[in-house]
Amino acid sequence: MIAPALPLWLAVVVSVLLLAGAGLALLGSLGLLRFRTFYERVHAPTLAGTLGATAILLASMLLASFDAGRPIVHELVLGAVLFTTTPVALLLLVRAALYRDRHEGNIAVAPPPAEPGAEAADERPASGPQ
Amino acid sequence: MSALLLAVALTVAQVMLALAMILAAVRMVRGPRAQDRVLAFDALYLDAVLLVLCFGIGSGGTLYFEVALAMALTGFVGTVALAKFLLRGEVIE
Repeated sequence: MIAPALPLWLAVVVSVLLLAGAGLALLGSLGLLRFRTFYERVHAPTLAGTLGATAILLASMLLASFDAGRPIVHELVLGAVLFTTTPVALLLLVRAALYRDRHEGNIAVAPPPAEPGAEAADERPASGPQ
Repeated sequence: MSALLLAVALTVAQVMLALAMILAAVRMVRGPRAQDRVLAFDALYLDAVLLVLCFGIGSGGTLYFEVALAMALTGFVGTVALAKFLLRGEVIE
């Protein structure tokens, strides 16, 4: 149901935004497949969650606003939902993965947190000369 | 001319997003550990939300937008519940 009287510049802008968003999502999934460790893989899908979602939401907003003849901004709700939930979900997931790796004693992947005493010992010589 | 350009771009974007979902599904099947599978599920539903948004751009109206919103919310709840399960072994303590 694309409007027939669509100006060319708007079509170009919307097409570029759509292709950029979908390309970033594809790149994120490719990274998810190609990276070797879990902690590297976590970084890849955020590409789709932030910049890819922004581009596609912006394209949808522009086209809906042109069709209605007035600004349509309800895509901002979905943007706010995605922007607030993606970091929270991935942070929880990484904490769970870190807990599992530490629980199994997988030191090379996830070194245990530094002892409070060792941290203080590290800070003392650094703050001494100043 | 402009409608054709938009239709072609929309189709290409939908194919790319479907390919992204397939790659995420491959990682979900192959993923060596449970956290890899949960991460792939997160990427899968995110790509699905973007794909539904593309359907909405093609058809007009707000129905697809509401579907995408519901998918984003339920996907977030699912990822958080799975992360909690990996952390504790149970979802509700």
